[in-house]
Amino acid sequence: MDSKNKNIESDWGGGNRPMKASYGKLMMWFFLITDALTFSAFLGAYGYHRFTHFSDWPIADEVFTHFPFIHGHYPLFYVALMTFILIMSSVTMVLAVHAGHHMNKKGVIIWMFLTIVGGITFLGSQAWEWYHFIKGTEKGALLIPSGEHGQKRVAHYVGAHDSYHDDENYESKLLSQDQGLDLVQAEYLDGQAVPKDLLKKNDKGEFIYAEQIFGAPLTGEYAFRYNEYGHTTFSNFFYFITGFHGFHVFTGVLLNIVIFINVLNGVYHRRGHYEMVEKVGLYWHFVDLVWVFVFTFFYLV
Amino acid sequence: MGKENSTRQIWLVFWLLLIVTAIEVILGIIKPAFMVERRLIGVTLLNHTFIILTIVKAYYIVYSFMHLGSEKKNLKWSILLPVWVLIPYLLFILLTEAFYQHEMYY
Repeated sequence: MDSKNKNIESDWGGGNRPMKASYGKLMMWFFLITDALTFSAFLGAYGYHRFTHFSDWPIADEVFTHFPFIHGHYPLFYVALMTFILIMSSVTMVLAVHAGHHMNKKGVIIWMFLTIVGGITFLGSQAWEWYHFIKGTEKGALLIPSGEHGQKRVAHYVGAHDSYHDDENYESKLLSQDQGLDLVQAEYLDGQAVPKDLLKKNDKGEFIYAEQIFGAPLTGEYAFRYNEYGHTTFSNFFYFITGFHGFHVFTGVLLNIVIFINVLNGVYHRRGHYEMVEKVGLYWHFVDLVWVFVFTFFYLV
Repeated sequence: MGKENSTRQIWLVFWLLLIVTAIEVILGIIKPAFMVERRLIGVTLLNHTFIILTIVKAYYIVYSFMHLGSEKKNLKWSILLPVWVLIPYLLFILLTEAFYQHEMYY
């Protein structure tokens, strides 16, 4: 065997570190590339639908305005807090990796523990946000029969007029609410009444001109078909993208816990290096990185 | 790099990420009129600002937190190049088509 072949074999024959990174770390990087492409495809698809339906797309920072324990209109604050939690847990993770480089077992334990706490806090915050997104606002929106193939229009609550409008024809007022049934008077803007055959009756025999819906229902008749925020693709993408990211966070927390237990048992100390912490750290930072983009393209832009 | 120095760098990046996020949130709440009105290639100046600030954040996360900055040059390129080529390409096609479809529908 000539020396060139020998070199190739010693570089690529296994057990070696081409590009000065171990096999595990290299594969983690390549996995993250594919994952980055997956997320960019999702966010790209979101962008595609958003610009296709630009005219009736909800404005995200008018949808997510809740903040725990405070009533009122606080756009972006809650998402900013979630971002802060995730960045913070990324910092504790990098500090754990750093402690690992110095074979400081106690440091790794402390920082990894804080990272896990941060990850669980983030997941809890996300659950809270989903809950409010599903539940919707106090006034909700109205579903008005449009007469085409049983389709319904969504009329949004306009605070300034204390009435509901859809983009084109209707102005509606909520007349009364009893037993969960809403009596609503809907008129075309030119003053004509809505044709009776489009209307439903409630159990008292009164005509219900429209039904009220709240939030973005995940179950029931209207799940994924109508919601109070506007084009349903928006809420579908919200569930899908933040859900998929949340799933990554969840997986990251599980991996962190597995590695954390190993650290506690001194597995890596005996091995002589904490590279496993570094690998799981790469994944964790990637989750943070994706959130930075989700934050921008879902909530800010 | 000594221990003290490196920890200091981590916290510097943390503050940078925090401040950039704070700027984004403030801009997102105020929505300065001149940034919303002015458009470059169909996107408002405000959104351009958000995207640039996001890429700044992404750069610091990848280079500092993920230590890509201290990897070998060929590893850096084999990670960055596929992402730099494929994602802008995908976005270009999707968004161009979306603008076209919007014109067709509305």
